[in-house]
Amino acid sequence: MSKKTKMAWNVSLIVALLALLFLLEQIMPSGSMLFTVLKKGAIYALVAVSMNLLNGFTGLFSLGQAGFMLLGAYTYAILTIPPESRASVYQYYDGGIVNFAIPVPLALIAGGLIAAGFAFLIGLPVLRLKSDYLAIATLGFAEIIRAVFQWDKLGPLTNGSNLLRSFPTFQSVLYPFIVSGICIALIVMLINSTYGRAFKAIRDDEIAAEAMGINLAHHKRLAFVISSFFAGVSGGLLAMYQTTIQASMFKSAMTYEILLIVVIGGIGSVTGSCISAFLFIACSEWWLRFLDNENFYIGSFHVPLLRAGFRKVVFAVVIMAMVLFYRQGIMGTKEFSVEALQNFFRKLFVRKGVKKAGDSHE
Amino acid sequence: MSNEKRERNAVLKLENLTMQFGGVIAVDNVSLEVGKGEILSLIGPNGAGKTTAFNMVTGVYAPTNGAIYYKGEKIVQNTPQGKMKKLYQGENAGLYAGKRVIAPTPDKITKLGIARTFQNIRLFKSQTVFENILIAKHMLRTSNLFTATFHLNAREEAQMRQESEELLRIMELEDVRDELATSLPYGKQRHLEIARALATKPELLLLDEPAAGMNPQETLELTQFIGRIRGEFGLTIFMIEHHMDLVMEISDRIHVLDFGKSIAEGKPDEVRNNPRVIEAYLGGAQDE
Amino acid sequence: MEFITRNLPYLMAGISVGGQYALIAIGYTMVYGILRLINFAHGDIFMAAGLILVYSATVMPMYLAIPLMIILTVLIGFMVERVAYKPLRSAPRMSIMISAIGVSYLLQNLALYVTGGLSQQYPAIPWISDTVTIFGSTTKRVTVITPVLTLVLVVLLVLLIKYTKIGMAMRAASRDFETSQLMGIKINSVVSMTFIIGTFLAAIGSALFFTNYTGVTPTVGAMPGLKAFVAAVFGGIGSIPGAVIGAFIIGICENIIKGVGLTTFSDAFTFALLIIILIIKPTGLFGEKEADKV
Repeated sequence: MSKKTKMAWNVSLIVALLALLFLLEQIMPSGSMLFTVLKKGAIYALVAVSMNLLNGFTGLFSLGQAGFMLLGAYTYAILTIPPESRASVYQYYDGGIVNFAIPVPLALIAGGLIAAGFAFLIGLPVLRLKSDYLAIATLGFAEIIRAVFQWDKLGPLTNGSNLLRSFPTFQSVLYPFIVSGICIALIVMLINSTYGRAFKAIRDDEIAAEAMGINLAHHKRLAFVISSFFAGVSGGLLAMYQTTIQASMFKSAMTYEILLIVVIGGIGSVTGSCISAFLFIACSEWWLRFLDNENFYIGSFHVPLLRAGFRKVVFAVVIMAMVLFYRQGIMGTKEFSVEALQNFFRKLFVRKGVKKAGDSHE
Repeated sequence: MSNEKRERNAVLKLENLTMQFGGVIAVDNVSLEVGKGEILSLIGPNGAGKTTAFNMVTGVYAPTNGAIYYKGEKIVQNTPQGKMKKLYQGENAGLYAGKRVIAPTPDKITKLGIARTFQNIRLFKSQTVFENILIAKHMLRTSNLFTATFHLNAREEAQMRQESEELLRIMELEDVRDELATSLPYGKQRHLEIARALATKPELLLLDEPAAGMNPQETLELTQFIGRIRGEFGLTIFMIEHHMDLVMEISDRIHVLDFGKSIAEGKPDEVRNNPRVIEAYLGGAQDE
Repeated sequence: MEFITRNLPYLMAGISVGGQYALIAIGYTMVYGILRLINFAHGDIFMAAGLILVYSATVMPMYLAIPLMIILTVLIGFMVERVAYKPLRSAPRMSIMISAIGVSYLLQNLALYVTGGLSQQYPAIPWISDTVTIFGSTTKRVTVITPVLTLVLVVLLVLLIKYTKIGMAMRAASRDFETSQLMGIKINSVVSMTFIIGTFLAAIGSALFFTNYTGVTPTVGAMPGLKAFVAAVFGGIGSIPGAVIGAFIIGICENIIKGVGLTTFSDAFTFALLIIILIIKPTGLFGEKEADKV
């Protein structure tokens, strides 16, 4: 397939997808679970891809995602709450110290930039650490951020441990799709560039990469800062989706969930992360909800064990099984594309053909 | 080549180079020069400090004491510091004291034009043969993050790819272009490592046991191959090797290390007949 | 004198918490020493130990419930290793760490299911939850018992590692995993033993910890777990005395910070400390240096 036809396919697929979403919104009730899944799924897809850029493509096992999302979410919220609502939001802090609001897109970018700025600062020392030490240091960083944001001395800025609310949100499912889509497209373009190749080289063999003239410190920090930028943007989107935010939401459990999405999708596959983000959210928010229902009957059979929390147990068991027995995840390091799909069907067809030929021969 | 002439043309010069790990001196006051266009082999029994010397040249270790020059420019310099000040047992302890410490990271050394291969092959495992070479082109880029991401460097990218293809052809790796690097047979992996090093457009190539694990036939081919790429790429080669056939065949000069110390240097014939070298390799069996 | 009476409670609480962290930290440090794995699930096993006692104490007397709790906890630790880590022995390090995170997620969700998300009141263990008065400040007896018990257990453990056959095997395995296998050490039983010892100590630690705590929730293990891990890193991961000293230092510092009214930062302090150590001396106080061979 030539580059142009590939491009044409991709563009038409994206347009078709957006049109479908638009159509769905017109015909389905807005309260439908489908929209919850699509909205949250799009946001998680972005953060999962940003984590994959770091863990999957650069080989840096970082667990700071929740911290960077928190930074993005707070930056977004603090910069967009309309001045007239500030008195009620910051009721314990005299309306806070920020008394202006900036447009939503700018605030989202600002959220990304703040997250990236923090990543730049801590990346300097932390990225020298090896695999598991890096993981624990970034996890620690996220915890520190969470504690600092709840500190009441910072209340005029962060509203302490109280909710932030009244900031602009989105209604249409198209909004998170378009924003996440643009961000993911940027990440993919980066991965396909010469920088992406350098990242993969670092993942495969640091020493060899360095011997090939790749500046490890510089490139690792680049990956870390970029990944954090997009985590920050997704944090802003999450704030818009949730309509209220609080520092206590961004626990390490959140990072773990994102990590599991990445693992299920395939470490090193962007499309894998996207698919698995939607699957993960769909299962946890929708398809497996019935497991939490104590009065669930199949015919007249009362299904035992079902009650609040069972869904998550089943979920965790499935995830463990995946980690143990299906380690490459849904996509491995492959990417979903029209071409790959074509090849897949062609192979399927050819193999059948060969078999038939073999049969007739016998 | 006369000594004087080499001095002027030295591509690489190690000066009083010492590496001490804890209380062990791995490389002991080694000085040597590699002239332009020359193949210099570094030989010696196991544990003589050859790879350590390489690692100092390529920036993996900073030497404990001594300096390294590349094309007349000082690129590495160090003097015993901190705890090592007291522990240091080597010579010339005060020679570099008070001078500027120069300890570049390996990537900086490579950017100067010094590329290397590894004793235990280190290819990028999940990448194809072509991609392995293409990655080495990254350091020659003029694009930045922005232009690279938005494909504004299309011409440069195309050139990188074309040069990589070219290199594949010269190195006879075209037929395995899209194979995973690690799926190649051992000998081809060694070729690929050399190809990858060449992709950084070096003037000085450091080969760490390029013939390790090869049979006599493969070694012979490698010998010719090294000779060929020296001419084709105008390289200076500094090589560690154990296969004496290979070493004697293609080296212009040989430098011998034993227990970290230089014990001999000269043309292959001179070194071959040097009693100290024979003793080092045979463990003094001649006296008994 | 007034200074002492004012600050003594914090200091004592610190030593006590430090002892509890030490008991958890040993599990981390031993496992890391042998498998080079941060056992993210260790804190959750600690939480599980708490829950087991909560439930068993409702149906049986305490002198049965405590041994049962210890046995079940050790069994969980053993099972976790066999099911989640052993199959991945030759897998990349990242996979094992992900598996550990998966186990942690599973244990937390199981606890959530069992408890319904409600905080469970920890039963009062007779004698150690009694109130005593020391230097004019009142505290539970557990505060005094913990450091003593911790030190006794640590001494026993060190003796075990030094003088028994399995201890020698553990030392060999932590020095060089592959070679010790070649030398005929049954590596799987060594690893299992490590997990058994680690979870045994965590089980005792949980009894001491929760006695001073209001209740057991599914995520209650995460924080002490992480802090104990920090203690292990601080002391130099792989070193048992290091972990114990690190744990006491962290326990004391944390309580002093609470004492001066910066409770919000008591957790953040631990992690700041971690990041600082990792940057200044990644091998910790007593750790050994490892170098990559080129």
